[in-house]
Amino acid sequence: MVIPPDLRYTNEHEWVRVDDGIGTVGITDYAQDQLGDVVYVDLPSPGKQLSQLAVFGEIESVKAVSELYAPVSGEVVESNGALADKPELINDSPYGEGWLMKLRLADEGEIEKLLTAEQYSDFIEREAE
Amino acid sequence: MTDQPAAGTLRRTSLHDEHLLLGARMVPFAGWEMPVQYAGIIEEHQAVRRAAGMFDVSHMGRFELIGPEAAALLRYVCTYDMTRLSPARGHYAVACRPDGGIMDDVYVYCLAEDRYLLVANASNAGKIRGWLRQHGRRFRVEISDRHTSTCMIAVQGPQALERLARVLEPDFIKPLKPRACGEIEWENAFVFASRTGYTGEDGLELVSSAAAGPRLWRALLDAEVLPCGLGARDTLRLEASLLLYGNDMDETVNPIEVGLGWVVTTDDGADFLGREALLRARESQLQRTLVCLKAQERGIMRPGCSILRSGRQVGKVTSGSHSPTLGGSIAMGFVPPELAAEGTELIVDIRGKPLPVRVVPRPFYKRPRAAEERNA
Repeated sequence: MVIPPDLRYTNEHEWVRVDDGIGTVGITDYAQDQLGDVVYVDLPSPGKQLSQLAVFGEIESVKAVSELYAPVSGEVVESNGALADKPELINDSPYGEGWLMKLRLADEGEIEKLLTAEQYSDFIEREAE
Repeated sequence: MTDQPAAGTLRRTSLHDEHLLLGARMVPFAGWEMPVQYAGIIEEHQAVRRAAGMFDVSHMGRFELIGPEAAALLRYVCTYDMTRLSPARGHYAVACRPDGGIMDDVYVYCLAEDRYLLVANASNAGKIRGWLRQHGRRFRVEISDRHTSTCMIAVQGPQALERLARVLEPDFIKPLKPRACGEIEWENAFVFASRTGYTGEDGLELVSSAAAGPRLWRALLDAEVLPCGLGARDTLRLEASLLLYGNDMDETVNPIEVGLGWVVTTDDGADFLGREALLRARESQLQRTLVCLKAQERGIMRPGCSILRSGRQVGKVTSGSHSPTLGGSIAMGFVPPELAAEGTELIVDIRGKPLPVRVVPRPFYKRPRAAEERNA
């Protein structure tokens, strides 16, 4: 299971990468593997204000539906339009082309409340037991 | 004996180790630990639509009925007149309660005039065993539970027969017409095969001794048959509009409401469980009927979603998923008969969001059939 060391994680299996005040958000490799083939994702429109750990959308695989949680508070600036026609990008490239949305962080300090790669790795190990 | 294992323990099929070797994701299903997927549901689904896939269906109940009145017992517990079956033929039916409610949907195969195989749903195996034994007392028949002593593998897809012919004797497979069945010796084991399935594709369902199961499974893997899990089995059967017990029917549903009137034989005049109730159901106006729905926008219908018309709830989705073959979401659900016409526009409530859907013809997916099959 790939867990890039430079990202921060929620215990709902989202990741966030912060660059110049903009956070890119997706789901982890572990999450996409657990879900199976993703066939539909419902994402927020730009302008939507989210608070940390608020539900921002839904992701559906053939078998299951899951809610998506915002790792940090902020305003949505973009959602990944490519996923409408190719939701399988989430399975193929969860940390790359399968990203979900970008938001402008309201409070960069919130990052510190998220799990590091090492903590997330421990977390999914415990969850698998 | 009981089918319900102690809390927390799940039964395993004789192919369990094979699934683990293949990296399957195992899930609890009807008291059994079963593979839900190996490579991925969509890849497995496409393999069955385009080439050949196989499913461990050993969790399904299997009962052998032997005796001069085996056919008479089957006539009494099944809605279809199984006395019409000639040896080496099979037929689908439902077993009903006296009030017409569906106990289970079953497949019955006639092996000889006094020997039959009945295949029941995993979730109903214990109930059906009790039902057969209870009603079997009045008939000269011996009922043997083959759930543990045998395993069952369904091999399905347009290439299924061709690939099976690399494993089993081609001269045995070739004459098997749709719904036909037979037995053959394979590597010192007996294999029962029927040209039936639950995917909408051609193929065979095989039953062998549990001991020979892993060998047979591996031989099929070598013949390039892709292992498929319960996830793909569900999307395949839904595209083919094949009903799932527990979703699309249960003891509160009668076969007429779900379009299974064709497996209810009443013209032979014989008595069977549910006969009076089903005759009444046939003559009276249906309260609800099962229809096929296709989503007109993005969003996925799931079992339990409400079906709305003009803002009022008119029914419920019983089965729903993404359709890999058609794209988008498909579902089956109950609606009042006046809303069952093809093209009727309805709304399905997806966790508070309205999804426009349309009633479409049944089945969603029909495979191109060879001439010999149409004439069978």
